[in-house]
Amino acid sequence: MRWSNKTAALLLLVALRAAAQQPQPVQTPAAPATRFVVVIDAAHGGDDTGAHLSSGQLEKAANLALSVRLRSLLTARGLQVVTTRENDSFIDLNRRAELANHANAAVCMSLHATESGSGVHLFASSLAPANATRFMPWKTAQAAWETRSLALAGAVNSALTHAGLAVTLGRIPLPGIESMTCPAIVIELGPQRDADKKVTAEPDSSDYQAQVASALAAAVLEWRSDPSRTGAREP
Amino acid sequence: MIPRYQKVLFVILLIAALGMGFKLWQLRDRAHKRLLAGQASAPTAAPVVAPAEQATLVVANDFDNSLAPQVHSLPLPADPGARARAVLGKLLDLYAAPESTHEIPGGAASVDQVFLLAASGAKGSGDQLAVVNLTGTFAASHPAGLETESLTVLSICATLRANFPTISEVRFLVDGVERPTLAGHADLTRTYLTSEAAPEEGTRP
Repeated sequence: MRWSNKTAALLLLVALRAAAQQPQPVQTPAAPATRFVVVIDAAHGGDDTGAHLSSGQLEKAANLALSVRLRSLLTARGLQVVTTRENDSFIDLNRRAELANHANAAVCMSLHATESGSGVHLFASSLAPANATRFMPWKTAQAAWETRSLALAGAVNSALTHAGLAVTLGRIPLPGIESMTCPAIVIELGPQRDADKKVTAEPDSSDYQAQVASALAAAVLEWRSDPSRTGAREP
Repeated sequence: MIPRYQKVLFVILLIAALGMGFKLWQLRDRAHKRLLAGQASAPTAAPVVAPAEQATLVVANDFDNSLAPQVHSLPLPADPGARARAVLGKLLDLYAAPESTHEIPGGAASVDQVFLLAASGAKGSGDQLAVVNLTGTFAASHPAGLETESLTVLSICATLRANFPTISEVRFLVDGVERPTLAGHADLTRTYLTSEAAPEEGTRP
């Protein structure tokens, strides 16, 4: 039997449509494993030395020491940790925020040290909380995470107080932190003082830093255990 | 052969040139001294002849990270800019005093000048922008730290608001130029809103 060209083309078209309507096997993507990333930002570094502590050490070194200690504690507990610096190098504030944002972090903690005041100073940004939009302004991106940052500050405050450390809380303008799209706080270690305001431990003291790092790790684990707080990209 | 009258004329002109050079050096020296004396007589402190008035100073405390208002009596000049400078000078005198809860050396001389300008977008509202020019010595000697630097900035803003309700915005300069931070932490590139700095009594910023 010989078919005309038109008939052959028509049959081919029908065959192709039938093939296209065949049910295809659906590949369901595997549910992504829950990632819980902690970003630790040791402030200053390189030429930016930060404060000169009473012990003679520079703030940048004290911050890095606490960062390394905290990273070890969190990694040992199976958490994924991203640090903004691992050595004495200068990292721009915008670069630090970029690192935190790319890490899709669940917790961002910036570490500082000072010779003034007393105990641990906790800060969250003073930005007014705002709803998240598709495109957030770089300098105020933290506004969408502000409520969760305040909750994180509360959790860290509880852990530090529970560890017997004096804590003060505040909200101030925080360049760098205000560009981070994660629950973010600043932890500034001041000297430990007794009732007469005499210094009992400098911020670069090994024991003091170990006590603070342990409390911070406990706070992060407590924060992680609350399912309503996980998921960094959903402020 | 140079004629005698030309030699005499040359010597006279040389003596006149040297004399004028000496006189010019004297005048320059005198003008420099007059300039220094003028700077020293600038109103760095409120004139004592001005009547004493009450001013509210919002004083920082490093130990509990708080700002608390205190009422002080001090002579205040009539000019608003000089008045603002005198109030801030008193605040920084408190910080320079021994047993201060927020120790910063320098005192009243640390506030070089306060300029009062119309705030941005303040059409007819009367809102003012205060530009506080601090000295480089003050910034260099300020203790470094997020808490201590923020308390200084916020206490200045809150003190200005407490005494000059029309001041809604504050900007900071150091030695007349913009500077990224006060002592490595507090951001000095932004405009501070006094409404955000003024605390309730004894509260934390």
